[in-house]
This record gives sequence, C-alpha cells and structure tokens, in this order.
Amino acid sequence: MAKYLMLKHYRGAPPTACVPMDQWSPTEVDAHITYMGDFAQKLQSTGEFVDAQAVSPDGMWVRYGGAGKPPVTDGPFAETKDLIAGWMVIDVDSEARAIELAGELSAAPGPGGEPIHEWIEIRPFLALPETFPG
Amino acid sequence: MGTEVDPELLRELAPVVLGVLVRRGADFATAEDAVQEALIKALSAWPGAAPRDPKAWLITVAWRTFIDLARSDTARRSREDLVEVEPPPGPTEQVDDTLRLYVLSAHPSLTPSSAIALTLRAVGGLTTKQIAEAYLVPEATMAQRISRAKRTVSEVRFDEPGDLGTVMHTLYLVFNEGYTGEVDLAAEAVRLTRQLSTMVDDPEVRGLLALMFLHHARRAARWTPDGRLIPLADQDRDRWDRALIAEGVVILQAALARDRLGPYQAQAAIAALHADAARVEETDWVQIVSWYDELLGFGDSPVVRLNRAVAVGEADGALAGLAALADVDPSIPRWSAVAAHLHERNGDPERAAELYARAARDAPNLAERDHQTRQAARVNALLRGG
Repeated sequence: MAKYLMLKHYRGAPPTACVPMDQWSPTEVDAHITYMGDFAQKLQSTGEFVDAQAVSPDGMWVRYGGAGKPPVTDGPFAETKDLIAGWMVIDVDSEARAIELAGELSAAPGPGGEPIHEWIEIRPFLALPETFPG
Repeated sequence: MGTEVDPELLRELAPVVLGVLVRRGADFATAEDAVQEALIKALSAWPGAAPRDPKAWLITVAWRTFIDLARSDTARRSREDLVEVEPPPGPTEQVDDTLRLYVLSAHPSLTPSSAIALTLRAVGGLTTKQIAEAYLVPEATMAQRISRAKRTVSEVRFDEPGDLGTVMHTLYLVFNEGYTGEVDLAAEAVRLTRQLSTMVDDPEVRGLLALMFLHHARRAARWTPDGRLIPLADQDRDRWDRALIAEGVVILQAALARDRLGPYQAQAAIAALHADAARVEETDWVQIVSWYDELLGFGDSPVVRLNRAVAVGEADGALAGLAALADVDPSIPRWSAVAAHLHERNGDPERAAELYARAARDAPNLAERDHQTRQAARVNALLRGG
C-alpha cells in the first residue's frame, strides 16, 4: 500500500492534442471531462481514490521579500513546461498498479476523440512504513 | 448511573458475534454490517443500562439488525426462516467461527490493502471511519474498499480450510504501519495476533506474537520527542520495556522448542538477541548472522540479505560486511544507507558521505530521509574539519 501523486502536466502530447482545449469541439470537451470524472469515480469504487484537484493555469511565483517587506511576486509562467493542470492522489497496492492507472489517465480523449498521450508524472509519497530491524 | 462502555470489550466481542451470525446462516457481508450497527447501538445504550451479558446482548441486537437488513434487501429469499432454528453454538464452535473470520478476512483472493481493511473491520471491530483515518484515505474510499473485499470473499465458502500464512502476513503489515491517528495500529495488530494465538496451536503464530512484543517493547526508544528516528545502536536501552521483552522471549522459547522453525520465529530470534544486549557492544552479532542464514533458508529476499550484511559487518568487520553487500541488489530501499555505514566504518568518509546523500534521496519515508541527511551532513562536516 502506497500513496502516489499523479501530476498532469501539459507535456509530451503529440502536437494535434496540444491544441488548447477552448479550440476543441464542445463534444470533444465533454468527452474529455466525462472521462476524467469516470476515472475518478472508478477509483473511488475500487477503494483507491484519495484526492483530485484541477488547478488554474494562471498562477504566479512568490517569494520572501525581506524583513518588513511584502512578498515578491513574479509570473505568469513563461514556459508551458511549468504548467500543471491538476493532480490526483491514489492509494494502491503496488507501483505496477500506479503505472497502470497513470497510463489510463493519459489515455483521456483529446481532439478527434484520440487519446492525448500526455506524460503523467507519478511520485510516491514519502510515507512508507519503516521496515525491521530498527 | 452511567457506566463507561469499554471499547476493548466491544472489539473483542465483534468477531465472536459475527461468527455466530454467519454460523446461523447469515451471509457474511450483511452480517458484518449488522454487527457494526449493533456495536454502535451498544455505545449509546450501554452507558445507561449495561447488560449483564454483553455478548448475548450484542448477538441479539446484531441478529435482529441482520433480519431487518435482510428483509429490506431486494433479494429477500427466506432468510427470515432462520430466526428460530439454530441453537446458540457452544464455546468450541465460537472459537472455530472466530478463527474462520480471521482466515476469511485475509483470504488470498484479496489484495493486501483489502485484507487489512476487512480484518480491521470484521475481526478488529474498528469503524470504517477509524480505519480510513489510520490509513489517511477518505472514508468513502475505505467504505468501498471494505465492501469490495466483502463481495470478493462472499464467494468463499465459510467452512473452507483457510491459509494461516495470509492471516499472519496481514497482521504483520498492520503492525508495521505503526500509528498515524487516533487508532494505534501496532497495538491493534498485537491484540489480534494475541487473540489468534489463543485459537490456533501454531509455533509461527507464537513467533509472530513474540516478534511483535520484542519490537513493540522498543517503541518508546525509537523516536526523539520531536519525531527524529533513533537507530538501534543509539537507543536508550533503559527505555525498552523489559517486561514485554521477557514475555516475548518466553513465548519465543516455547515456540522454538516445538522444533518447527519458520520465518517469524527466526525474525523474533534476531529481535530477541538485540533485546538481550544490555549495551550495543554486547550484541551477539555472530548468532544474529546465523539466524539471518536460517531466515534466507525460508526464501531468498534482498531485504534479508541487506540486513544480514549489516550483521556481518558487525560480526566480522566492515570489509566482510561490504563483501556480503556485494550480493545484494543495490536498487532496493536502504541499500545506500547500509553501504554508507559500512564504508564509513571501513575508514572511507568520502564514499560514505556520497552514499549517505544518496540514501537521503532514496529514503522511503520522511523520518528516514531526515536521518540520512543528518548523517551526510555529519560526515561532510568531519571532512571539512580535516
């Protein structure tokens, strides 16, 4: 049992799928959203779902501005590689299962109903129990 | 007069009551729901009017609840007819029924996480909410995990001979999880293993119980108050629970005398040798190495080989330890941590510092990562100091 973060970047998809979503047909948009919803629901029913959130592409960078000064902000992001569309946290029995699910998430339909093939980054939580001896 | 309800008592009775319901012909999944409801009713009813016979009370209420659930079930069938027929089972049958619940809840057809969830609920009597909190997942997710597990095992015949191996493995995994929330999973695993050991006469179950006692006894010494990991060698041995260690050793010795060695007894023997040393310098590493060899006889495992390399390093010196480490797959967790330790002891701080840094990067949990980061920082500071 281990928890994994599945990060959905706008990354690695073939150029046809990289068309911004607002340029897709309404049916294509619906199909994509339905797929994502069904996927989360399926994980809920298998007892593997922990959390899912989508985040706005409009963000900014913030850092400490020094004593007594407001935080310094920067942005918006210049490069698409910095964009994260959202994430999902799963609790699964094995890394193999996490990979299988990430593959499925990456198959969400895009333009023309074709799977997007975008990269999904999976990162295990630093939360495995200790093992003996200790 | 209000009296407190003893949650321990409730949870001890949960599998007994469930076993009785299933023996009377109730299907496992519905009966399990009924027992949960009866436990919840007990919590509100007992403080005002504690029953003379709590078990009988729970059986009656759970059975009535089951009948209600079964009636409202669309697949009604003729379960109502069962109400009057079965006489209550005798004590021996109840033990058998409870044991079967252990076996069913950890059935090999379940994944480890499902077996854990079902065992904690059906046998441990914990609520779905408590289990969800302990494993840090939403309650809805845990509810689904449990109900799927119940569906899976509902295909299994209740009187089918079971596999004690998966029961022990499930309890071992629960014990390893430690505690994250209000429920102390390690203590719960100890309680369930203790109950299991009263129902079956099996040296490996006794070995597992001894192993848990011996590790549990060191718990207070394994962490600083602010949550830092303290490795075995640095633990304050005065903080070990000597009574629990003694109890574990007695159980282990009785199990070993049966001459049916298994991996849990071998691990308990290693834990007992550590517990036996008043100071780390007095540890009998030579015997520990030979127990690791026994353990490998039950199945080759890189984790066991890794721990064996640590013991060889202590018994025969760092060079011998490094030679033993050469046989271990370097991609397994904690390999770099062990390599770092052995290289440092072998007088190679540069290599050790590098490996400690790698160990921090590869660490499977935060406490371990922080510990290895401090190790790397310590050796690097020594190197800078000349």
